[in-house]
Amino acid sequence: MAKRLDIKDLNLYYGKFHAVENVSLAVPPKNVTAFIGPSGCGKSTVLRSLNRMHEVAPGARVEGKVLLDGEDIYASTVDPVEVRRTIGMVFQRPNPFPTMSIRDNVVAGLKLAGVKNKKELDEVAERSLRGANLWNEVKDRLDRPGGGLSGGQQQRLCIARAIAVQPDVLLMDEPCSALDPISTLAIEDLITELKKDYTIVIVTHNMQQAARVSDQTAFFNLLGVGQPGQLIEVDDTEKIFSNPGQKATEDYISGRFG
Amino acid sequence: MSTNLADPTRLATPPTFQAVSLSRRIKNGFATTLVWGAFLIAIIPLVWVLYTVIQRGFPVILDGDWWQKSLSGLLARQQGGGAYHAIYGTLVQGLVCGIISVPIGIMIAIYLVEYGGRSKLAKATTFMVDILTGVPSIVAALFVYTVWITYAGMGRSAFAVSIALVLLMVPVVVRTTEEMLKIVPDELREASYALGIPKWKTIVKIVIPTALSGILTGIMLALARVMGETAPVLVLAAYAPFINYNLFSGPMASLPLMMVNERNNPTQAGFERLWGAAITLVLIITLFNLLATVISRVLAPKTK
Repeated sequence: MAKRLDIKDLNLYYGKFHAVENVSLAVPPKNVTAFIGPSGCGKSTVLRSLNRMHEVAPGARVEGKVLLDGEDIYASTVDPVEVRRTIGMVFQRPNPFPTMSIRDNVVAGLKLAGVKNKKELDEVAERSLRGANLWNEVKDRLDRPGGGLSGGQQQRLCIARAIAVQPDVLLMDEPCSALDPISTLAIEDLITELKKDYTIVIVTHNMQQAARVSDQTAFFNLLGVGQPGQLIEVDDTEKIFSNPGQKATEDYISGRFG
Repeated sequence: MSTNLADPTRLATPPTFQAVSLSRRIKNGFATTLVWGAFLIAIIPLVWVLYTVIQRGFPVILDGDWWQKSLSGLLARQQGGGAYHAIYGTLVQGLVCGIISVPIGIMIAIYLVEYGGRSKLAKATTFMVDILTGVPSIVAALFVYTVWITYAGMGRSAFAVSIALVLLMVPVVVRTTEEMLKIVPDELREASYALGIPKWKTIVKIVIPTALSGILTGIMLALARVMGETAPVLVLAAYAPFINYNLFSGPMASLPLMMVNERNNPTQAGFERLWGAAITLVLIITLFNLLATVISRVLAPKTK
């Protein structure tokens, strides 16, 4: 569990469009890394390339390497399905499966991978829901549809679903952008807890959030419309927010952007 | 004379708001009349048809024999007997057609939505389905007559009817399934991929269950439609006043065929059978439509 990620000379394309250029970055284990930057700078694209979700889009292409504890997830012998089982993802908008109950949503990954033992699935469901700080709210209605929960609860359900398959790394793509401040706080507390067991990469537009939850921050920027996004700098969160190495980073975090 | 400056109903400036202008009221009245007129024009023939069918057919189907007996051994002018043979024919021909059409149609739709993308094969398939949608039932029937009966040497049978109905039903199933799969949000597919679930399993366990209520509704409506088709039964199956359970040979009745047949029967018995068969067909199709509604209610994703 909790492996490190090393991104080396990553170039990402959508068809002919060069979306992200030459990203190299190390994500240490049991650590929260935040990606910040303006819209369209490619931070979500980089995140999606870390568990091979980028290539799901038609025409999308990847060059470079992403190493999980030294093993290239883009090697030709690697099955992308295995990669996604090892590196989980939580999306911007909560997306529980509408046909499934709360319990079935949580264990969907295991159930569809062929685990049938009801006792084992129940245990995983409880452990994951506790892990996502949702157990006490839903323990009496596990067989109700997941769509009936509030937005914040749904997002925690999605986190429970992602950690139920026990991934090594958890990717979060703006997990709080559709949530109210109280739910956001709940998710942020959860991220701090999950850090004990997982390597976490989170994309966020909220700089206070990056400052609150992350240990390391990577700032992405794009030089102009139609240009590829670039990694400007990556450093300890404290340093990025107090004494960034680049002028562009300082301008962005202090709001003097554009 | 002094003006009371404190009077709040007096305005210092002309009012900002005025009553609805005459021209707008005229336009509104005109549009309202048009909409109501269109509604009445649409509803009058509908009610009239229903009234005629119910008034002439309803007394006939109240007889228990209607649902349990065929017309075997009865002369054209003899009253009595029933439509069991024709009901059986209609249901079984529709069912066989459904058993063949549904898997083909669903698989074509899955290919188009999940795998085909903008490939040439997908475009060609969509084009073919579009053409097939516009094929009149008599053309489908004559095509099956040529290929199945003249060319392959098979006899006229209920199965030939089912094949012609398949040609009519497949494009409808493809279309509805395609639309239903398209409205399943991509987020659900991504959520499933992100859990390490392979694409085929995502389609079978996540995408199809989410779209199932719509797909089944479409299938039910398509079935209801093909069961009322008359051209294929006229061309491809001979009428039999008795019960024939054999799909593959011999004449088999169906409700549309029974109606065509009894229309040539000038007696009171023929009149009753004609309208009895008509209301029975309407009832069966209504039943399928109701079933479609119930299925979509029961299977629709819930939030409570």
